[in-house]
Amino acid sequence: MKFGFNFILGATLTTLVILGGLLAPWLANFDPVFDADLMNAELPPDWTFWFGTDAQGRDVYSRILYGAQISLTVGIVSQVINTFIGVALGMSAAYWGGWWDDLVNGLTNVMLAIPSLIFALAVMAVLGPGLASLLIALGLTNWSWTCRIARSSTLSLKTLGYVQAAQTLGYGDVRIMFTQILPNIMGPVLVMATLGMGSAVLSEAALSFLGLGIQPPFPSWGSMLTDARQLIQLAPWTAIFPGLAIFLAVLGFNLLGDGLRDILDPHMRTRLS
Amino acid sequence: MLRFIIRRVLQIIPTIMVVALLIFVIFSVVPGTFASSLFSDGKTAADPELVARITEQFGLDKPVHVRFVSYVTDLARLDLGTSFRTRRPVLELINERMWTSLRLATAAMIFAIVIAVPLGFLAALRPGSILDTVTMVGAVSGLSLPQFWLGLLLMYLFALKLNLLPSFGYGDGSFKHLILPAVTLGVTPLALLARTTRAGVLDVLNADFVRTAHSKGLSETQVVRWHVARNALVLIITTIALLLGSLIGQAVVIEKLFAWPGIGSLLVDSVSMRDIPVVQGTILVIVMWFLVINTVVDVIYALIDPRIKQV
Repeated sequence: MKFGFNFILGATLTTLVILGGLLAPWLANFDPVFDADLMNAELPPDWTFWFGTDAQGRDVYSRILYGAQISLTVGIVSQVINTFIGVALGMSAAYWGGWWDDLVNGLTNVMLAIPSLIFALAVMAVLGPGLASLLIALGLTNWSWTCRIARSSTLSLKTLGYVQAAQTLGYGDVRIMFTQILPNIMGPVLVMATLGMGSAVLSEAALSFLGLGIQPPFPSWGSMLTDARQLIQLAPWTAIFPGLAIFLAVLGFNLLGDGLRDILDPHMRTRLS
Repeated sequence: MLRFIIRRVLQIIPTIMVVALLIFVIFSVVPGTFASSLFSDGKTAADPELVARITEQFGLDKPVHVRFVSYVTDLARLDLGTSFRTRRPVLELINERMWTSLRLATAAMIFAIVIAVPLGFLAALRPGSILDTVTMVGAVSGLSLPQFWLGLLLMYLFALKLNLLPSFGYGDGSFKHLILPAVTLGVTPLALLARTTRAGVLDVLNADFVRTAHSKGLSETQVVRWHVARNALVLIITTIALLLGSLIGQAVVIEKLFAWPGIGSLLVDSVSMRDIPVVQGTILVIVMWFLVINTVVDVIYALIDPRIKQV
């Protein structure tokens, strides 16, 4: 197995973001919420405040580290939910076929027709802002591609000899799906989940930017950019660094996803879509 | 052919119905009534009499199934309801905003096409070259960029520092106001389109008929022009149309950032003011737009490639 450049760079960036989030309490120089001091407001980057300070005098560097926790939580939890829904529906639809397959297919088509950001916006409008609603909104609205991939992979697997052998041995449907099919469709599903984490981080940032996601004073990268919008002329660093953090984290997930795809499925290498 | 088109158009209807049902269900589970949420700014208590009057006026006191039936019958008559806030028909509000959104989406798409298609083409013709590497690195970066951040930086640079362009707003509708939002919105489709173009052209370059064209002695230019470009265009045009379909949805954040008076900022404003009929209506229109474009693409596809309609 050869690790490509994409995979290595993606894994490095992702590891950095994870470490930044996990070690935030030790790496941060200040408290992200409570160390607000108007005497230090809007200071440019220096040796004390590495990325400068915001309008309340809070350290942008420390806030970005804690913001990584939120972005990672959103990315991972929402993708776990998406993957679970997508795989459960896609695998069972392909395996059982019939009316269940038609129903899942119809539902997937409907989900694909609603832009996921718009759908998440609607769900947030109902649930109200906050981390929990964000996780639900992004977890429920992005499973359609995973479902399609799980379905098509299962369709091609279920006619294979070893699955039929398991049926002959009298394994139950659910047991076959979990022990025979699931391990063999995990590759593409994992690629989708990794790429999905990138888009979840972007969606979280966008929703927080619109004021519907994480609420102040908690440091989400998106809500930091909302504040920065008012400050951009006086304190451009409040916009530059959180945005850069989002960019690098999403780039990491995207490259990791592409890299995984190259490793798991060499045929896809020339057919990037 | 006509049967295919009719079937494809008819397929939209059940999808729209399910989407409408879904939207209705989502907004029916809101705890509390819409009327009380109209006043829930957290500071002043709602006047119970006023709440009761509004609840009655908008028919919110009726049971869910009654409301659903009237929602559906209104939809069938293309009546999207009345805004809670402005008391104006939702369709009228959307109609006012739709065209500025379309203008923005079209401009963004033109920006993306003009750069992405030639770039993807050249990259595919010279795989592994510096241009190819730069294009691919640029594409994956473009897909990872938070668009509104790019918008902020462009606003800072071109509007605040260099003073070349207006920083936000629709102004008098002049081209100058369009540039920054369109470029910002166009970056993601640009990246996707460059990738697809490259992949599509590479696929065609490996096809048997291209080898045949070479072996019958056509020059490189002739092969590219008559065989590669024509076949790759099908995929490129499809991608462009699909991107255009999803662009209105993506524009939500950009419209809000640049205070662009489109359907996206209407949606966001209505969400934060809990103006549910407008939220329902705008989402429905955005989904319709996406479905109509998808159908048009399928029909064009079938016209270009007769094999499709048998599927």
